[in-house]
Amino acid sequence: MKKESETGQNMSKAINDFCMTVCTVNGSGSATANTTLLRAMFHMGIPVSGKNIFPSNIKGLPTWFSIRVSKDGYLARVAHDDIIVQMNSTTFSADVDYNVPGGVVFYADHIAVPIHRNDVIAYPMPVKQLISEAEVPRNLRDYMENMVYVGVVSQMLGIELDVVHEVLLSQFKNKSSVAESNFAMVKMAADWARDNLEKKDRYSVEAMPPLDDYIMTDGNTAGALGAIYGGFEFCGWYPITPATSLAESLNIFAPELRKDPETGKNTFAVVQAEDELASIGMAIGAGWAGIRSMTSTSGPGVSLMTEYMSLAYYAEVPLVLWDVQRVGPSTGLPTRTGQGDLNLTYFLGHGDTNQIILIPSSVNECFKFGWQAFDIAEKYQTPVIILSDLDLGMNLWMTKKFDYPDQPINRGKILWEEDLKNFGRDWGRYLDVDGDGIPYRTVMGNENPQAPYFTRGTGHDEYGNYSEAPEVWVRVMDRIKAKLENAREDLPKPEFRRLEGARIGLIAMGSTEPAMLEAQDKLEALGVKCDFMRIRALPFSKEVRKFIEEHDVNYVAELNRDGHLHQILSLDYCHMTEKMVSIAFMDGLPMTADLIVNALMDREG
Amino acid sequence: MAEKEASTNQIGLTRTDYRGEKSTLCPGCGHNTISAQIIMACYEMNIPPERIVKFSGIGCSSKSPTYFLKKSFGFNGLHGRMPSLALGAAFADRSMKVIGVSGDGDTASIGIGQFKHLIRRNLPMVYIIENNGVYGLTKGQFSATAEKGLELKHQGMNPFMPIDIVKEALVGNASFVARSFAGDPKQVRELLKAALSHNGTSVIDIISPCVSFNNREDTLHSYQWGRQHEAPLHDISFVPTKRAIILDEFEEGSFKEVTLHDGSVVVLKKLETDYDPTDKWQALKILEKGERDHYLVTGLIYVDPDQPSLYDFMNLTEEPLNRVPNSKMRPSKESLDKINQSML
Repeated sequence: MKKESETGQNMSKAINDFCMTVCTVNGSGSATANTTLLRAMFHMGIPVSGKNIFPSNIKGLPTWFSIRVSKDGYLARVAHDDIIVQMNSTTFSADVDYNVPGGVVFYADHIAVPIHRNDVIAYPMPVKQLISEAEVPRNLRDYMENMVYVGVVSQMLGIELDVVHEVLLSQFKNKSSVAESNFAMVKMAADWARDNLEKKDRYSVEAMPPLDDYIMTDGNTAGALGAIYGGFEFCGWYPITPATSLAESLNIFAPELRKDPETGKNTFAVVQAEDELASIGMAIGAGWAGIRSMTSTSGPGVSLMTEYMSLAYYAEVPLVLWDVQRVGPSTGLPTRTGQGDLNLTYFLGHGDTNQIILIPSSVNECFKFGWQAFDIAEKYQTPVIILSDLDLGMNLWMTKKFDYPDQPINRGKILWEEDLKNFGRDWGRYLDVDGDGIPYRTVMGNENPQAPYFTRGTGHDEYGNYSEAPEVWVRVMDRIKAKLENAREDLPKPEFRRLEGARIGLIAMGSTEPAMLEAQDKLEALGVKCDFMRIRALPFSKEVRKFIEEHDVNYVAELNRDGHLHQILSLDYCHMTEKMVSIAFMDGLPMTADLIVNALMDREG
Repeated sequence: MAEKEASTNQIGLTRTDYRGEKSTLCPGCGHNTISAQIIMACYEMNIPPERIVKFSGIGCSSKSPTYFLKKSFGFNGLHGRMPSLALGAAFADRSMKVIGVSGDGDTASIGIGQFKHLIRRNLPMVYIIENNGVYGLTKGQFSATAEKGLELKHQGMNPFMPIDIVKEALVGNASFVARSFAGDPKQVRELLKAALSHNGTSVIDIISPCVSFNNREDTLHSYQWGRQHEAPLHDISFVPTKRAIILDEFEEGSFKEVTLHDGSVVVLKKLETDYDPTDKWQALKILEKGERDHYLVTGLIYVDPDQPSLYDFMNLTEEPLNRVPNSKMRPSKESLDKINQSML
C-alpha cells in the first residue's frame, strides 16, 4: 500500500501527515532532541507518536527514532519514511533507501557519503560549523549537534520555535540555564536554515486545535502509576529490557505518593532482587502475606519465574506480574518488540494451569490495568499477568489523560480477627463456602487462633492439610478451574469497532491496535469491510465466541511467528477453526497497517 | 496449683501450644530434635505462636515447619527459594518473628544465591540450616556440604570439597552466624533464643545427622547391611529406626567426638566462654583452624548487633502494611491531576 506521494509525481502539500526518522548513533544523546521535536508538535495540537528503534548496546551502534505525524490520528508505525534526519554515516545509504520518492533527507554535511538517489530532496546541515560558531564547550558538543537538527527541521517544517523553547524548559525542569543554552543552539540553526535553505519539499506542520484531553508518556510509566493508584505495596523485581523502567518508575513516584505524611516513613517497598527467581519469590511471599504485590519482567524472566508461578496458581496467591514482551526465543532480540509470550504466560507452570492475562493496547490502558489487576488478583486469589510489550512500554505515545480509578479497592475475601469470629460458617482456607470457587483467606498476622494455616505446593485438602488422596486432588483442582471459569465474564471485555455489513472479522490484541484500526480504514477504502475485535483478557468471555460466529472469516493478527492468539482461540473454539485464519508476523518491529492490509488482500483477492 | 503454674509460660501457654503436627520424618532424625528446641525456645521466650511466621524450601528439613508451632502461619515454598518468599512476606508486617528452615541441599546448592543475598540485606529472621550432607527425600545423594571422601552406595566417593555454610555466611556479611549440633539441645536452644532476639538475619547451621542414608557398605547400618541381615527390602520403603544422637554434657572450650549413624565421626569444639563473637577476624581464624585440624566449631561465632536491618534500609513504616486501610492505599485524585498536568 504505497502512499500517493510514493509515486514521486504528486507534490501536493502534506500538512501534518508524514513519518520522520532521525538516524543517530547509540549513546550520542539524541533522545532529548528527538523528544523535543515530538513534544513540540504535540503541543501544537498535532497527533504524533514516537518509536525508538534501538540496539542492545550502550554506545556506538545505529539507532533510529521515528515520529509519526498524522492529522487523522493514526499512530502506528509506517514502514517507509517521508523524511529522514541523517546523523550517522554508517547507515546513511541504507536509511536513504527507506525514503519514499519525493521524500526529504536532512543530513549533517560532514558525512561524506553521496546520496545515491535523485528522487529525494536533500538539505545539508552545517552541524560542525554551527557548533564551532556557537563556541560550544567541547564536552557538550555531541548534545548540541542534536539541537542543530532540531533547529533546522523546525524551521523547514514550520514547528513553532517558541513551542520548542517551552518544551525544552519543561524537559530540563530544574536546569533553565541548560534549556536556554540548548534553545540558543536551536535558534541559531533555525536562523541559518531560514537564510540558507530553499524549501523544495511538500511536508509541513500547522497548529491544530489543542489536544486538551491527551498526555504524552510511555506504557511502563503508566503501568507503574496504575499500580500505585491500585494500592501497590510491594514490588520485587530484576532489571531486564524492556521492563526495567516500569519498576524504576515505581521508585520515582512511590516515595512521594506512598509516604506516610505523619512519620515520613514508606508505606511500600521496592526491592531489586538478585534475579528473577528471587523477584517472583518475593512477590509471592508478599501477596500471600496480604499486601498488594507485583513484579515486572520480560519473556526470559518469565521463563525463570515459571516454577514459582505454578505454586502461586495452586496455592492461590494473588500477585500481579507485568511481562513487557520482547522478541524470543532465547535472548532473541532484546530491544525489539513482539507478542510472543502469550502461550508461555497463559499456560505458565507445569501441570494444569491457566493464568489470567490482561492485554493493554494503549498507555492509558496500561494505567487502568495497572490498578484493576490488583483487584482481580485479590478477588480471585490468583496471579494476574499483564502482557505489555516494548512498543507500548518504552515508546512515547499520546494517550488520554489517566482517569482516577472509578471503583473502590477490592481486597476480595480476606478475613481478619473479627471477620473470622463472626464468620458463622465452617472456615477452611480452601473451602468453597459460596459456591463460586473462591475461598476465604486469612493472612499472616491474624491473631484469631483459627486463622493460621500451612501453605504448600503439595496436595492439600480444603483445610490446607497435606493430602495425596486422589479425590481430594481432583476436587481442589476442579474448584480452582471453576473459579477461573467464573472469572471469564468478570475480566475486561473485548472492544469492537464495527462497520455496517462487514462479513470479515479482524482480531488482534495489545499494541497492534493502532495499526489494526488504520488497516480497517484502508481496507474499507479498498472496498473490503471488516469488523475489528480487540481481545483484552484471557480466558475469553462469551463475546469473543459470538464475534467469531458472526463472521464468515476471522483474521487473527499478531506479532509472533506461530500465531499464539490464533492457537488459543482455536483450542477454545475448535468447532470454528475453519473460520479463523492466522496472519501472524514477526520481525521485531511494531505492526504497520500495510502488513495487515497486504496479508488480508492476498487472501481475499 | 504449683504444678499447673510450672507448665505454662508467662503468657499462659503450655508447651503443647507450641507443638506442630506429628513428624513424618524418620525416627531418630536430628531435624526432630531441632523442632523440639524451636518449640522450647519460643515457649521459654513467651512468644505468642501467632506472632511467628514459618518458611521453608524443599527437602526433609523443609518439612519441619509442619512439626512445630501449629498455631503459626507457614509457607513451604520451592527448593532453595525460601529466602525470597520470607523476605516478601516479612514486609507485610515487620513485627512478626520470622523463622526459616532449610537444609544443606536447599541452601548450599540451588539456594546459595538467595541465601547469600538474604544475609547481605539483613532481613530480621532466624535462618536455620538442618545440615546432614545428603539428600534425604531423593534417597541419598551427596549434597554440597558432604565432606570430601564420603562414600554413598549409589554415588561412590565424593571427590569434592564441601561448602561450609558458616564461612559463606561470614564472608557474606551476615550479622549473626552460629553453628551447633542437633544432639546438643541446650546449645541449640540458647542459640535460637539469641537468634530470635537479633535484629537481622541470624544464620544457625545445625549438623543434623541423617539416619537413613548413611549408605556406606562397610558400616553397620548401611542398606547393604540391612538387605543382608534383615529382609529383602526395597530402597524406597526401607527406613531404619534409630535413636536420635543426644550428647552428654558438653562444656565450653572442650572437644567432643560424635559417632554418627553411619559410623563416621565428627569432632565438635564448643567455643570458649571468653571468645569474643563480635570480632570477625577472630571468627574467620577459628573457622580456618577448625577446617585445617578437622573439627567443627560450635556456638555463636559472630554477631554484629548494630548492623541496620532491611527495614531500616527501606525506611519502612512500623504499621503493618497488610493492615493499611483501603482509604490510605490509593493516593488522592488531586495527585493524579498533577501527574496528568506534568505529562502534557
